[in-house]
Amino acid sequence: MLINPLTKNVTDQNIATDLERYLGNGGYVGWRKAHTIDPDKIIDLVKDGGLRGRGGAGFNTGLKWSFVPRGADAPEQKFIVCNADEMEPGTFKDRLLMERDPHLLLEGMAIAAYAIGASIGYIFIRGEYHLAAERLEYAIEEAKAQGLLGTDICASGFSLEIFVHRSAGNYICGEETALLNALEGRRAIPRAKPPFPQVSGLWGKPTVVNNVETFCNIPHLVEFGVDWYRGLGRGEDAGSKLFGVSGHVKNPGTWELPMGTPIREIIEQHAGGMHDGLRLRGLLPGGGSTDFLGPEHLDLPMDYDVIGKAGSRMGTGTIIVLDNKTCPVGLVLNLSQFFARESCGWCTPCRDGLPWVVKILQRIEAGEGRSEDLDLLHEQCKRIGPGNTFCALAPGAAEPLQSALVRFEQDFFNHINQHRCPYR
Amino acid sequence: MSSLLEPELIEVMEHSSADPKKSPGGLTAVEKEEIDRESSHYENKSAVGLEALRIVQKYRGWISDDTLQAISTYLDIPVAQLESVATYFQLIFRQPVGKEVIYLCKSVSCWIKGCDRLQQRICEHLKIQPGQTSADGIFTLLEAPCLGDCDKAPVLMLGEEMFRNLDEAALENLIKKKKKYHADQSPD
Repeated sequence: MLINPLTKNVTDQNIATDLERYLGNGGYVGWRKAHTIDPDKIIDLVKDGGLRGRGGAGFNTGLKWSFVPRGADAPEQKFIVCNADEMEPGTFKDRLLMERDPHLLLEGMAIAAYAIGASIGYIFIRGEYHLAAERLEYAIEEAKAQGLLGTDICASGFSLEIFVHRSAGNYICGEETALLNALEGRRAIPRAKPPFPQVSGLWGKPTVVNNVETFCNIPHLVEFGVDWYRGLGRGEDAGSKLFGVSGHVKNPGTWELPMGTPIREIIEQHAGGMHDGLRLRGLLPGGGSTDFLGPEHLDLPMDYDVIGKAGSRMGTGTIIVLDNKTCPVGLVLNLSQFFARESCGWCTPCRDGLPWVVKILQRIEAGEGRSEDLDLLHEQCKRIGPGNTFCALAPGAAEPLQSALVRFEQDFFNHINQHRCPYR
Repeated sequence: MSSLLEPELIEVMEHSSADPKKSPGGLTAVEKEEIDRESSHYENKSAVGLEALRIVQKYRGWISDDTLQAISTYLDIPVAQLESVATYFQLIFRQPVGKEVIYLCKSVSCWIKGCDRLQQRICEHLKIQPGQTSADGIFTLLEAPCLGDCDKAPVLMLGEEMFRNLDEAALENLIKKKKKYHADQSPD
């Protein structure tokens, strides 16, 4: 049975960037099968399959779809939107899927559109992903020419147009309501929720926004069914996932592995372990906005709830490794600079709090830190934390900082006491 | 003194009354055609504002006030609304940039792998700071957020092309090659 549904076309021998090869390798079978199933049944299937959003939040995808109003009273126009604004620091998985297998994404979006009754889809892609955008546009034309997208698809009476929308750089567009504002041609500022996009999204119409990798899970889930999909995972969570490792490891990269693969296996077997002479001090399990875990967590399986219970988040599943020769204060400063720069400026704790955090970390890193600075940082973590802002950008920025303050406290003290960065 | 409840009178610039003949930055046929094609993807034409800015910038390098006005007139989107989008997105340039824009990834994985050293080398070589353009007008250096190629860190994007697993030697070669290319292109 197939164990690598996300990357089966991504090998050196078979790079399915054209439709012929994609079809030859079993492509669009899920899409053809979907036409024979009632839309409600597809939503149930995705829900029961246990697919959780791969953009980072980990919400059950079928459940998300089920909130879209259905029936005679529901608005006729609905939208399906792909969040391809991959910009989470240290995350490099959606680029691979879009560049190497664009039809898989289109097929997943088409099934999702059919399930919720959307006739228009947008792929919201970050402006820097030129190759991915070109390949997706090419793939859309190919699919239309074959009658797999467009009007009256496969004589089913169902029609779907998918368009690529190139953005122009801004992390906040990854937040789904900010993304919708950007797609409407406005500043990408998050909206108040509720109403959720499933009820009132793009131009006030029901809209489902899913991550690239989430959509890529759909075609095979529909083709092979719930039992197969659940069986892919090694632990509680279902399916497979793209995991990645960056930092000072021997073989940084991305691999499709079962959900629930232990962190140690990902880092030591797939990424080849630490560079010679270096020791692992910590890791961010799912991109820059997740809490640090430590060497004691290496045997945890990469499952949403397990990583959550350990005090962090699975996030995007792309691990950033901190070694013993890299300064943790400098690393958190770098992340904080990113989040401060990417704040949309809407909420005060984020707009003013993050630059303040940067200022404090800069002086600590420069050897000019004061003894009260750590208390100030702890306080800021609370103020930018959950519940004080419209979206999760600031709370996300707080995660690596608050965990570094505890885990690497001695490093912060050393900077302040020695009046310099001990790593330089 | 007027009542606090009375609305304050403010001068409102009427974007639609702007005389197109007075704006020398009118759009070309090619630009209009591309914008129209994108426009057809949306039910509401103001949605195409960002795409229009991106399309026109592709031909002109940056968005001048005149260009902004021209797009605003063509799409019938208030210039203030278009400006609010133009100034928000990092890849829309409201001031001139060099022929080659260097987007150096400054995010965490590239930082671990020494992007600061690369930045220093670029600055020394081109005698500029991030955000500036070299005196010969060829290079602009920008600090980019995570470019999504973290397993090949450190990386940069030059124009639309990615350069991966960079070291100082590779970086110097790249700049030299681009310098030579532009020297060969220039008439003198």
